Amino acid sequence: MSAVLPEVDLTAFAAICLLVDPAGLGGAVVEGPADAARAGWLDAIRRALPGGTPWFRLPSGITDDRLLGGLDLTATLATGRPVAERGVLAAADQGFVVVPMAERAAANVAGALAAARDAGLVRVQRDGIAMESPARLAVLALDEHEGDEAPVAGALAARLAFRLSVPHSWADDAPVLPTGEELQQLRRTYADSALDEAATRALVGAAAAFGVDDIRAVLFAGRAARAIAALDERDVVQDDDLAHAVRLVLVPRATRMPEPEPPQDDAPPPPPPPSEPPPPPPDASDASPDEPTPEPGPEESLADQVVDAVLASLPPELLASLGARMERQRAGAAGRSGAVAKATARGRQVGTTPGLPRGGKRLDLLATLRTAAPWQRLRGATLVDGVRRLAIRAEDLRIRRLRQRIGTTVCFAVDASGSQALNRLGEAKGAIELLLAESYVRRDRVALVVFRGKTVEIALPPTRSLARAKRTLAGMPGGGGTPLASGLDAVGELALKVKREGGRPLVVLLTDGRANIARDGTGGRPRAEAEADVSARRFGSQALPALVVDTSPRPNPALAALAKLMGARYAPLPVVRADTLGAAVRAVMRSEPA
Amino acid sequence: MHALLLRPGPSGGNLGLDCKQVLTMQSVYPFGAIVGQEEMKLALLIAAVDPSVGGVMIFGDRGTGKSTVVRAMPALLPPMKAVKGCRYGCDPTAGARKCADCLLREEVGEKLVAMTTPVPVVDLPLGATEDRVAGALDLEKALTRGEKAFEPGLLARAHRGFLYVDEINLLEDHLVDLLLDVAVSGENVVEREGISVRHPARFVLVGSGNPEEGDLRPQLLDRFGLAVDVVTPLDLDLRCEIVRRRDAFERDPAAFVAHWSRADAKTRKSLVAARERLPDVQVPDAVLRRASELCVALGTDGLRGELTLLRAARAAAALAGIVTVTDAQMRDVAPLALRHRLRRDPLDDAGSTARVGRAIDDLYGARSA
Repeated sequence: MSAVLPEVDLTAFAAICLLVDPAGLGGAVVEGPADAARAGWLDAIRRALPGGTPWFRLPSGITDDRLLGGLDLTATLATGRPVAERGVLAAADQGFVVVPMAERAAANVAGALAAARDAGLVRVQRDGIAMESPARLAVLALDEHEGDEAPVAGALAARLAFRLSVPHSWADDAPVLPTGEELQQLRRTYADSALDEAATRALVGAAAAFGVDDIRAVLFAGRAARAIAALDERDVVQDDDLAHAVRLVLVPRATRMPEPEPPQDDAPPPPPPPSEPPPPPPDASDASPDEPTPEPGPEESLADQVVDAVLASLPPELLASLGARMERQRAGAAGRSGAVAKATARGRQVGTTPGLPRGGKRLDLLATLRTAAPWQRLRGATLVDGVRRLAIRAEDLRIRRLRQRIGTTVCFAVDASGSQALNRLGEAKGAIELLLAESYVRRDRVALVVFRGKTVEIALPPTRSLARAKRTLAGMPGGGGTPLASGLDAVGELALKVKREGGRPLVVLLTDGRANIARDGTGGRPRAEAEADVSARRFGSQALPALVVDTSPRPNPALAALAKLMGARYAPLPVVRADTLGAAVRAVMRSEPA
Repeated sequence: MHALLLRPGPSGGNLGLDCKQVLTMQSVYPFGAIVGQEEMKLALLIAAVDPSVGGVMIFGDRGTGKSTVVRAMPALLPPMKAVKGCRYGCDPTAGARKCADCLLREEVGEKLVAMTTPVPVVDLPLGATEDRVAGALDLEKALTRGEKAFEPGLLARAHRGFLYVDEINLLEDHLVDLLLDVAVSGENVVEREGISVRHPARFVLVGSGNPEEGDLRPQLLDRFGLAVDVVTPLDLDLRCEIVRRRDAFERDPAAFVAHWSRADAKTRKSLVAARERLPDVQVPDAVLRRASELCVALGTDGLRGELTLLRAARAAAALAGIVTVTDAQMRDVAPLALRHRLRRDPLDDAGSTARVGRAIDDLYGARSA
């Protein structure tokens, strides 16, 4: 197979695939900062598209009625009949939707995009409007997450073929993409091309080798291979096309690296498979034994060949970064659940108030009509065609006041150090599990910060998924010193983040209070304790509801003092039993204003 | 953004004017063409034969074809008889259980005519608001004539059919409350915006979701009669077949659908036969006793597990063409009926299928076939 392709050409290939069949390939997750290179890539695609192709940029915080569609209130009031308004998704039919900061997209946005990708339609059932409109769109999700932040929702990313980052050369030296008649020709060749049996098996085999379970990925890879072949004016897919498609679609989704195959140069050529009649490609008639490439044996080995070629072409840094990504995915993938309600139009109605139904606020029709009713005569409401037309003014409009129950997020900070492990780690885990069970029923969220030795980590970001919580708890090791100051800082920050997003945090710190590691990782009890005091004061100044559970065999007065600095309740429990811990947490929750 | 004028049609209002043509072009992937997923197909067929089994909950990762199977149902199901002109599609043979409108029409001496209509499979899409789900004031009549009339919602449209909620674990709490209420009572009661309406709403609730992304409320999970665990097949040959078929479908949907219509017709016939056979299906005492032993061994909560197991086994027997339930049917349906009812801490749902499988093997012996 051919030699290594530069990254630029791969991103150009991705762009061309999207131009050829946007709805079929679904789009791309574009990772990296908002720089000139990324802008260059997006512009190049937009310029190459046929004129009139829809191209929309989704503002963050877009509300359901603008996204999905709903009642066009102005037109409704003007004409006197319900008039529906299509949303952005329907307007983007056969075009592109660009989602900046896609990693922060609200759950409803990611969900709506995923649903539109699946069905090719957007279904609307809201505010008295019921409609289905075609929405065969491609999504360009711009993922700007850094470091440990959560990436784009998995449910959305799975429905987009590519995941790439744009090399610098796109900033000022962008390749020219096919356009106009050339693009139309590409589309025609693509429509005529097909994957043969061998190619299908090769892609399925390659997906298995890279540990990609989602069948969609194989379908995307097939289409990408056909588009790449079309670029070469072929309607038959060849090995190189497959390799490029695997590199573009399957490698970014890899959950494992395939084992390297032993070199086959000295092995006798395997017998040709009887059940495989590949359609003779018109321009590859030279099946001569002098071909440098190994003879295609049983179907699996084409997959192996493709995988080998791809592995060979991967630059080493990329392999390393893939490895790191897989580690992060194993540590905790899964989409963001239970996105906190900002002031979006969700929840139960609890009242009505004057206002314009804009920005997600919903019209309270009955209250509006009731307000307008007494004024009809004065306003000269007339009979038109035997039907009485209502005269409604802006000041009559009433909107609904909604309330959504904001759940509590219980942020556990667990001291997993050696001293604690000696005492109570196992019991602490059990107690937390029982608290989780209660949270499950109440629909609260839980988060877990673990500190020991030189590390503090957010073992579990706020989640409602109990399966994840349990897995994380089970895998938590113990040992090392007690970096109490760092642990306090970390859980305080997490709680503030929850508060900023509109949730209600509650911190539960389980420790024996014997701090002996300072923030910079060095040992030494005096300094560690002094720093822990400082952290506690800072925590206390944030007014975060908290409970400190003292898990040492005899109550530690220093910890009681620390709790006071934190403004937290102190519960010295010589034996941390699940039910007593639960009662203590509930007491703290109750004492906080709802 | 150009506006679409909508007039709610007799069935509750649906498509915009220019959308209808496009939609008829979009074919649905046929039921019979779906590769594997036998458990999921069985669960849905059981629910179609005997809706009293309860809803079907489909747990699975994304990309496992959960919604494909459900969306294939409308084409598969045999049409049903409904009262002509009834907004809720009442069953003409339902007697006093018909809706208030139908009963009123009968009272004034009208003879209700029956017509054939497809079984409704209704989607509860993302972003649905309560007024569209439960039904609300008819906006058009209120605005234009100041008249108070009820516009039926999705629950009305789903009556005697299926209501499908994708990502049900992310559904808003107040909508979950609504679904639970209706599931229990079989009736939708609307008291809002000055209207007071009560209409029948008995449907099979089908939910799907990825448990990793959020858990179901225990009250909701309990409402589901059957639960399916879906995984993508790992067998390479099966995966190749999936890709091959998907490709063929996209290339020429009409031909693909036509090709599989025979298989679907066969399934449809066996469904009809199964429904007719169902009242005659018997469960021998020995089989029943072993099923109870299984439930006790697994520690299922209450008796609902056993009742569901029983109903599901009878439906499975009817589908298999026999009138006596055997242990084989119990083995097939036990995981479906019981995996979500094991008394456990809510943190331990990962192992339910395995636990049920082990208990089945213990009781019935390892499967020989």
